[in-house]
Amino acid sequence: MTQSTPILELVGVSKRFGAVEALKDVSLALSAGEVHALVGENGAGKSTLVRILAGVHRPDSGSLKLDGQELVLRGPASARDHGIAVIHQHPNLFPDLEVAENVFIRQLPRGSLGGVDWRELHSRAEKLFASLGVAQKVNVPVRGLSVADQQLVEIAKALSVEARVLVMDEPTAALSTHEVERLFAITRQLRDRGVAVLFVDHRMDEVFEIADRVSVLRDGSHVITAAVSDLTPEDTIRHMVGRRVESLYPKEEAPVGEIALEVRGLTRKGVFSDVSFEVRRGEIVGLAGLVGAGRSEIARVLFGIDRADGGEVSVLGKRAIIDSPTDAMRLGIVYVPEDRHEHGLVLDFSIAANISLPIVRRLSRLLVMDRGRERDLATDYSKQLQVRSTSVRQSVSGLSGGNQQKVVIAKWLATKPTVLLLDEPTHGVDIGAKAEVHRIISQLALQGMAIVLISSELPELMGMADRVLVLHEGRIAAGFGRDELSQERIMAAATGHAEK
Amino acid sequence: MSALRDRLLARWETLLVVLLIAFLVLGTSLSPYFLSASNFSDMTSNLMEKAIMALPLALIIIAGEIDLSVESMAGLSSALLGFVFLLRWPLWIDIPLVLAVGALGGLFNGLLVTRAGLPSLVVTLGTLALYRGLASVVLGPQSVSGWPDSFTNFGFGDVPGTLIPWPFVVFAVLAVAFIFVLHTTWIGRQIFAIGKNKEAARFSGIQVAKVKTLLFVLSGTLSALAGVVLTARLSSARADNGQGFVLDVVTATLLGGVNIFGGEGTIAGVVLAVFVIGVLRNGLTLADVSPDTQSVVVGALLILSVAGPTAVRRIRSAWSSRSFVQSASHR
Repeated sequence: MTQSTPILELVGVSKRFGAVEALKDVSLALSAGEVHALVGENGAGKSTLVRILAGVHRPDSGSLKLDGQELVLRGPASARDHGIAVIHQHPNLFPDLEVAENVFIRQLPRGSLGGVDWRELHSRAEKLFASLGVAQKVNVPVRGLSVADQQLVEIAKALSVEARVLVMDEPTAALSTHEVERLFAITRQLRDRGVAVLFVDHRMDEVFEIADRVSVLRDGSHVITAAVSDLTPEDTIRHMVGRRVESLYPKEEAPVGEIALEVRGLTRKGVFSDVSFEVRRGEIVGLAGLVGAGRSEIARVLFGIDRADGGEVSVLGKRAIIDSPTDAMRLGIVYVPEDRHEHGLVLDFSIAANISLPIVRRLSRLLVMDRGRERDLATDYSKQLQVRSTSVRQSVSGLSGGNQQKVVIAKWLATKPTVLLLDEPTHGVDIGAKAEVHRIISQLALQGMAIVLISSELPELMGMADRVLVLHEGRIAAGFGRDELSQERIMAAATGHAEK
Repeated sequence: MSALRDRLLARWETLLVVLLIAFLVLGTSLSPYFLSASNFSDMTSNLMEKAIMALPLALIIIAGEIDLSVESMAGLSSALLGFVFLLRWPLWIDIPLVLAVGALGGLFNGLLVTRAGLPSLVVTLGTLALYRGLASVVLGPQSVSGWPDSFTNFGFGDVPGTLIPWPFVVFAVLAVAFIFVLHTTWIGRQIFAIGKNKEAARFSGIQVAKVKTLLFVLSGTLSALAGVVLTARLSSARADNGQGFVLDVVTATLLGGVNIFGGEGTIAGVVLAVFVIGVLRNGLTLADVSPDTQSVVVGALLILSVAGPTAVRRIRSAWSSRSFVQSASHR
């Protein structure tokens, strides 16, 4: 663990997007031969910081320094030229090109006639993978490699240009336990070669296993940087959320009523199969699983966006046929989608127009919309959910992520639903608003709503759900009651290592 | 919806009024015959078929699609009307029949767009050719005349005791109905929502495909009605009636402030723009500018009507982001 002179520094960096201050005066130093973990909740500014290092965004103020010299990045190519390699959450490769081509895409070895010298290319690529201690075929197309293998290709690509700084943005999000271990072994090897590694993550166990130092971001501000030996995971979480963790999940015990939603053998070919579960009034059922395990896809079928190929759905004991969102709404099933901007809101519409959108017909007499009723209704729900705005006529595009999410929820509450499907409801929502969204969810359960909570954040599921179902490759791999829940158990089931 | 857009649109309509006055002044200076009640009456009556087609087109463009087949639907309607008239079917059967065929033509467009998922630009460019071709198949190169007086009077005559042409009355009633539907009803709200964000509309339970299909049916029906009005005004049913109208119809709609990318527009703006183009063409005709040469001006206007608002938006956002950066750096 060397605390030598830093290779790359951020000095007082700030960045703003519209009304959101993504980074506020953040300073950070990365040293050679060090794994530096960057942690923070969603929306804390981690991704913005990564994009600034990648040359995608430029800081509004503050600067970057490379070896003590001022550094201005004019785009991703410029970052690579300066030896900064960034591995994004989703690998960014050419799927139809060979592994070796992807690795050396910027400087393919040329033969005598100007064509690609394939033999040289393959031998260089093989050498590179061998140096990482990985057996990887280099003449196969990238398409068809697992996410973990694609990440290794990205790492090899970074090394091919002698990267001195390697930034990894939540690299373990889609990996199995075994793959995570392999990634960590390689990361350590790179550190020992003198590479400065910035490891962006929010899983405490991983951070404390791999990192030498930890920096915490909260709401865009730098909170603390310390050696892992000087911190406990609990301290780190406290720095991340800035309050006692319990208050982030204000779950109250709700009386559980009749079965509101019953799903039997639901199947959509190639996506999920034979999914069965039930949700009672007052109950919050969590759906856990890795990205692509089929959680959102189940919600889309239940809301009538996609069609099921088999299985049955019943609502309040009655068999339900759901062919469209209109059918779903009529049955009292509503869906708060993961992508607020694309699916949840009409950004140019006012708060009132968004809230009234599903019920514009009901708010009309002889076709004409009753704008007074629309405004009153929107005002009521905005107050109830504490949407912070100047008036309900304000456009939702200017609201923060948390307030936008409350508008999406309000829009569905106005339809008086029986079953509420929530897909990553606090994704990209700042910490304060997150707790409020959780409070709202808890209250809705108290009022007798049946709630399905899809989340990639295990603490959220553990804090809010009465039961958690874990999906693995489109099937329910395990189910846990509230008192059986642990992060380890959920992760094991999600990665296909469920205990029998 | 947003105050900014309302202001922009209010200003856009003001601009149209200014443009209209400017063209009136220009017309007056170009020809001594321009500024007369009878000229205005003629000009209005010449415009009405295009004006009728522009109303549903405005809704379709606001919903994020387009219909280029309108003029051919009018031609097909005219040819079919002539064909059944030659069969000596009474007009009270002919006209509803022709309107029904218009609705079917619109349904065909709508289903290809919403069910087959094809881009409306391509579909209606195809039916622009297809419906015109069908019109020729139905009637051939002949023109059908000998219409009863009651029919030609409807196309050519004025409301008794006034200089108001009957087709204007039809258009005025339709325009009021369109203003009502688009700006006060839930249907109008759904159309705007679809144009702004089709996916969010679908995720809010709006039957996007159904609404769009109905708009195409409406467009087909009213284009057929325009074909009927045209036949009456010219006292002649021909397969090539209405040829070339689509330029003026699309120009009027976009010049009227309807956003080509969907989600924004007003019927009032479209009505104003129809008259702007009418006055312009009338003035140029009186000044002996040939219709082909006039197309240079109308074509330029079409491009300007899309470029103008885009430029205004860009300048506005540049200003707002600059003042934003300034306020941020003063913190």
